[in-house]
Amino acid sequence: MYGKGLKPLSIATVAMIALSLSLVFFYAPLDADQGFIQKIFYIHVPLAMVALAGFVAGGVFAVLHLRSNDRKWDAYSYVAIHISVIFGVAVLITGAIWAKASWGHWWVWDEPTLVSFLIVFLLYATYYPFRYAIEDRDRQARYASVFAVTAGAFVPLNFMAVRMAESLVHPRTFATADGGLPGEMMLTFLCMLVAIGLLWTTLVKFELTAKSASGQVKRLRRALDAPVAGGSSRIAPEVS
Amino acid sequence: MLELAALLPLGAPALPLDEAGKYVAGAYVVFVVLLVVYVGIMAAKLQRIERELREVAAIAEDRKAEQREEVSA
Repeated sequence: MYGKGLKPLSIATVAMIALSLSLVFFYAPLDADQGFIQKIFYIHVPLAMVALAGFVAGGVFAVLHLRSNDRKWDAYSYVAIHISVIFGVAVLITGAIWAKASWGHWWVWDEPTLVSFLIVFLLYATYYPFRYAIEDRDRQARYASVFAVTAGAFVPLNFMAVRMAESLVHPRTFATADGGLPGEMMLTFLCMLVAIGLLWTTLVKFELTAKSASGQVKRLRRALDAPVAGGSSRIAPEVS
Repeated sequence: MLELAALLPLGAPALPLDEAGKYVAGAYVVFVVLLVVYVGIMAAKLQRIERELREVAAIAEDRKAEQREEVSA
């Protein structure tokens, strides 16, 4: 039943992304300091926020799995982390493009925000080999959940540590002394944040539906005593 | 410290539109390409599921036909 509501959700996501992109390029004013380059902000920052929230959500689902021992929550946790890692790749690439245009460098190693996001990303990149290394499915799910909870707790701690760091090279959009973003920019940003959030939810639901369909086919094969084609995936949790 | 100050975006003048445009386009294209690659991978997975489902349906139909033959015999 993971596919329930996927169609209206997909339509809402496409509509919201189209609306947000229109606002970005036809409504939001040009930034006085950065000019047209600042348009990258509307894709880079929402992606980063949704990716980090997705990592935390993965941790919350993992807690639910550890409490209930229901494999469904392990699948939720796995898929939430999987989609957030993909968003993380987009954050790193769009951030590097923005850095090159603004600062003249693809990467700045003494900037805490950049390096901390890279650390979080690399931490979650180890989730896959960690999961893959464990053969037994129950142990795999349990250990992966412990990893997701620990790493999920690290994300907000890391965020707060960066906020407390002294360097303010990376722009602080919502905490500047002169009040932050103007109204039109804030509206555009919030629309894009909702659009990216919807996209994340749609992709999570889409992947869970595909996993569920795959799990049902395997169940059918087992019920018919037919060999399971290609065996079962050792890394991704099965959903039935 | 001076080197760090030179990196401040607030102190940097805005890039001309022709130069800034390629960076902005690059960032949005990266987003779209990643999305398309993901959807492509998912499409391949769905094709595999569909093929497996067809195989399972064929096995079930064969079993049913065998049962019918046994009953008629």
